[in-house]
Amino acid sequence: MYFLASLSERRRGQLAALSIAAVVIVVGVPLWWRTTETYRAWLPFSQIKDLSKLQLHLSADVEVVFARGTLTPEQQKKLPLTQTQDEEHAVDGDNVKVYIGQRRTAILRINAEMRAGKTVEQLLAVLKPQIKQVLQVMSFSHTDITAALSDRVRFNPGSKESMTHSMRAFTSSPGYEITFSLLNPDPRSHRLHWDIEGAVQTYIQPFLTKLSPLANFSIDSQMLHYAMLGVNPRYNNDRGAFILHADSLAHVINPVEARLGSNAASSNPVLNFLLYVPDAQHSPLYIQDHKKMDVPSNAFHSPRWGGIMVYNVKNLYGPEAEFPVNININMAEVMGVFLTQLRLLVGMESSPPPPGFLVAPCGSVGLADWELDRLMWSRSVENIATATTTITSLAQLLDQIGNIVINDNIAQQVSSAVTSVQLAVAELEAGNLGFALQYSKETILASEKAFFDPSLLHLLYFPDDQKFAIYIPLFLPMCVPILLSLLKMASEARRRYREKQAKKD
Amino acid sequence: MAAHRCRYLACLLLLFLSVILVTMSQETTLGHEQHELVIRPLHSGDIYASFQFRTVWETDFMKGNKVSHYRLFPKSLGQVISKFSVRELHISFTQGYWRTMQWGQPFIPSPPGAELWVWFQDSVTDVDATWKELTNVLSGIFCASLNFIDSTNTLQPSASFKPLGIGNGTTDHRFLRYATLPREIVCTENLTPWKKLLPCGSKAGLAVLLKSEKLFHSSFHSQSVHIRPVCQDRQCKSSSWELRQALNVVFDLHTSGQSKREWSLFKMFSRTLTEACPLASSSKIYIDVTDNPQEEQFELSPATPLLSQAVVLGDRRTFSVYDLTQQVTFGTVRSLNLMIRWKSSEGDMLRPLLHAERYVTGYGLQTGEIHTLMYNNHPFRSFPVLLLDSVPWYLRLYIHTLKVISKGKDNNPSYIHYQPSKDRERPHLLEMLLQLPPHSVTEVTVQFERALLKWTEYTPDPNHGFYVGSSVISSLVPSTVAMETNITMEQPLFSSFFPCKEESSYFARVYTEPLLVNLPTPDFSMPYNVICLTCTVVAVGYGSLYNLLTRSFQVEEPNPGLAKRIANVIRRMRGVPPL
Repeated sequence: MYFLASLSERRRGQLAALSIAAVVIVVGVPLWWRTTETYRAWLPFSQIKDLSKLQLHLSADVEVVFARGTLTPEQQKKLPLTQTQDEEHAVDGDNVKVYIGQRRTAILRINAEMRAGKTVEQLLAVLKPQIKQVLQVMSFSHTDITAALSDRVRFNPGSKESMTHSMRAFTSSPGYEITFSLLNPDPRSHRLHWDIEGAVQTYIQPFLTKLSPLANFSIDSQMLHYAMLGVNPRYNNDRGAFILHADSLAHVINPVEARLGSNAASSNPVLNFLLYVPDAQHSPLYIQDHKKMDVPSNAFHSPRWGGIMVYNVKNLYGPEAEFPVNININMAEVMGVFLTQLRLLVGMESSPPPPGFLVAPCGSVGLADWELDRLMWSRSVENIATATTTITSLAQLLDQIGNIVINDNIAQQVSSAVTSVQLAVAELEAGNLGFALQYSKETILASEKAFFDPSLLHLLYFPDDQKFAIYIPLFLPMCVPILLSLLKMASEARRRYREKQAKKD
Repeated sequence: MAAHRCRYLACLLLLFLSVILVTMSQETTLGHEQHELVIRPLHSGDIYASFQFRTVWETDFMKGNKVSHYRLFPKSLGQVISKFSVRELHISFTQGYWRTMQWGQPFIPSPPGAELWVWFQDSVTDVDATWKELTNVLSGIFCASLNFIDSTNTLQPSASFKPLGIGNGTTDHRFLRYATLPREIVCTENLTPWKKLLPCGSKAGLAVLLKSEKLFHSSFHSQSVHIRPVCQDRQCKSSSWELRQALNVVFDLHTSGQSKREWSLFKMFSRTLTEACPLASSSKIYIDVTDNPQEEQFELSPATPLLSQAVVLGDRRTFSVYDLTQQVTFGTVRSLNLMIRWKSSEGDMLRPLLHAERYVTGYGLQTGEIHTLMYNNHPFRSFPVLLLDSVPWYLRLYIHTLKVISKGKDNNPSYIHYQPSKDRERPHLLEMLLQLPPHSVTEVTVQFERALLKWTEYTPDPNHGFYVGSSVISSLVPSTVAMETNITMEQPLFSSFFPCKEESSYFARVYTEPLLVNLPTPDFSMPYNVICLTCTVVAVGYGSLYNLLTRSFQVEEPNPGLAKRIANVIRRMRGVPPL
């Protein structure tokens, strides 16, 4: 009797221990798991993975138009007639085979004997290598695309020259701030006046209007007094002038930059154009290049920063002039240099045309249509590459660090960036340049927004040892009895099983 | 490369032919620049030096056209006002407290710490978001902690801060934001960006005196920037921006002068003046010699024949003027080192007509009482004051205990604007219009309770206490002389900051001391202790419950006695069966 009661008591105890363990496992662990989990919204990881091995297909439409008289009457039946006059005026000299106009047109010349007795298809086949060259000049070439990708993708390094070319232009951004600064190191010697409003209206604004599909530009100007260059130019006795050598140009910018002031109102990159008018005691000042030759424009530019021009005014007044001298700056001269620098910095890097090509001078705008096309091609590719890198590295980061909270808005930004990348790629493939650029801008914006969202950082630092310090006081005393009784039950069950075996034997 | 540049230059050359070069004579659109230093020997023996730099930019900003070409006006501030559609901006950084009782009224008053108040244009739709963004940008420009301004310390005073420039009709206080950071420490890193805004920087003119190692070795230092629209002419048909940069400093001569009462520019700023800023249209030093008509108190050298009189803060003062744009000022040594030598130390102090003080009473960490005392020292005239009190939400004001007593009697405010606080959202705002009886002290008391903060809301040094910003007392104080009501350009800067509407009184603003209040502060290891303690309690309860549930209990035979057990051990060793 006593033995039976004790047995049922033991059984009840075992059941209680088992059910407590069950409650802890079924309710406690999921509850703890759910309440301490960091929120991670769903991200399109598989699509992001596809992005990392993205292949771009760029296609451009080419229309070949034959001039009057090139083709026999039966060949030319259904072909439109254009640009006969252009050829007459612009192309002269026998060695010019291709003439590239200001708009999206190029004119090819073929000799009469080459076109005799050929069908249109054969003619096109003859023209094909030239058309290919034209296309490379007017839309994109391999070097352009590698230059656009140089920041993102590592190619085998080319020559130093090509590296500096690819590093010169500003990276793609939805907007740029252009700041013109007039530096007057000594207001006591010169009182400077510049009609910057008029000059910007006349020279810079048409160029920027043309560029407006690419990015938004805003223009500011300021006058800085007592702004010195960072180096003291050496006085050259033979020439009676101060010389700034190319080697020391690198030290010019830093001290000036402190005075320029950052742009408070936006976070776009700033293109600085400085006009430095040396004071009477330190002029004239000339810039010399590495071969000790004067730079004709007396200006230099710094990659991804801006340009500086030195404007000498000493010859504008006689020695008996009374200080401070009033000086009106010839803005045409200045803006010519700045516009050239601006073209370079924006990325209008034209590799020299192949032999036999003649490029029309840019018009009053300073930018031909096909140059804009070239820029749009490389910018779209660059944007897509940048956004892809951003998204993939973000995805990688989120994958590696489990503590980061992924909010819904971040997930949404990432997905919209991914869709925009896909759309942009599709548009590039279809040759719709405008849409491709538009989508590539959207994807950049969305991906940067997601990457730099401050909410990603909230729980980033939550070390494991602190977690243990908080959990141990509760979990250790709770789990030890459960584990012990489970162990005890297991050993008892094994003992009973062995006894049963022994009984059978 | 060079060939290409030439090609572009050539194509630009075509451009030039089509452009008619216009000769530029833009002297008028340059704006103009006024610099000024006022030095006033104070009766306490200290020296008060007040710099003011004013830039006027004649541009029509109200019509909404984007202005982006800057000449004298600093570009960074211009971009801020045009981007955020600011109508007026006043920002000040102050180290030390202005002792009105000893020093009189300052030309431009400011509270300890940082103060920012902004009127936005009525085209701004989301004022709060704009304000937030603006404070962040200004924080970057001035290297200050203005980014700590949020809704818990931002106010919309209904009456105390009216626009100081041309109002253009809108005084709807929805477009006004006011915030103070009483804890802000002001130092060199705030002075450098402030100096950078000056057109001559610190390279020429009065600004060469602004050396930080001397300026911050002083009893009081305050620097401010005020931007407001002003009239271009008397008819006020067109407006222009006025940027005023002011720097006020009070030097303690007793401690630095080795008991010799002598003072010079070089001693004070470790610099002398050699030239005016060439961009300034006027650059002057004024020395207050009102109490020293026959040089009986102090001697000024070099002497100047120029004397000027100005009505400032309700009083007619006489100043010796040094015009820095005149070469003769610098004399033969080409450098100006002003010197004051005291002859006697007597001199009676004209008590300021209005001053105020504030303190906290009470004991313990639960309740307390804020006392604000306002003194009217005028012998026979009463005048109205507007009191603005802003108290953070963690001091819960019992507004029913608000008492205003002057001369032992209740003083009923004629206007009260009270906005209760919301926890973690906005502070208390109390504005009252009071009439101060002549020659009296008016005491405003209100009780409060200290709230318990969440443990993440405490500052890194919570036992230091929490600051409560200064009260602001704005008032029209009766003037002893007729005030100048129409502001012209010819007036000296120090007398033209606050616009004056009537001749019989002048506007004055007085700030009280900021308060430092202790809040109940927990022990910050407490959360972990609490976790450990609760876990232990839970574990003990759980353990005994678990034991009760899982152990089986049975009656055991009582233990054999100790003697028997020892006997058994011995028997076992001998190989005999136990007992």
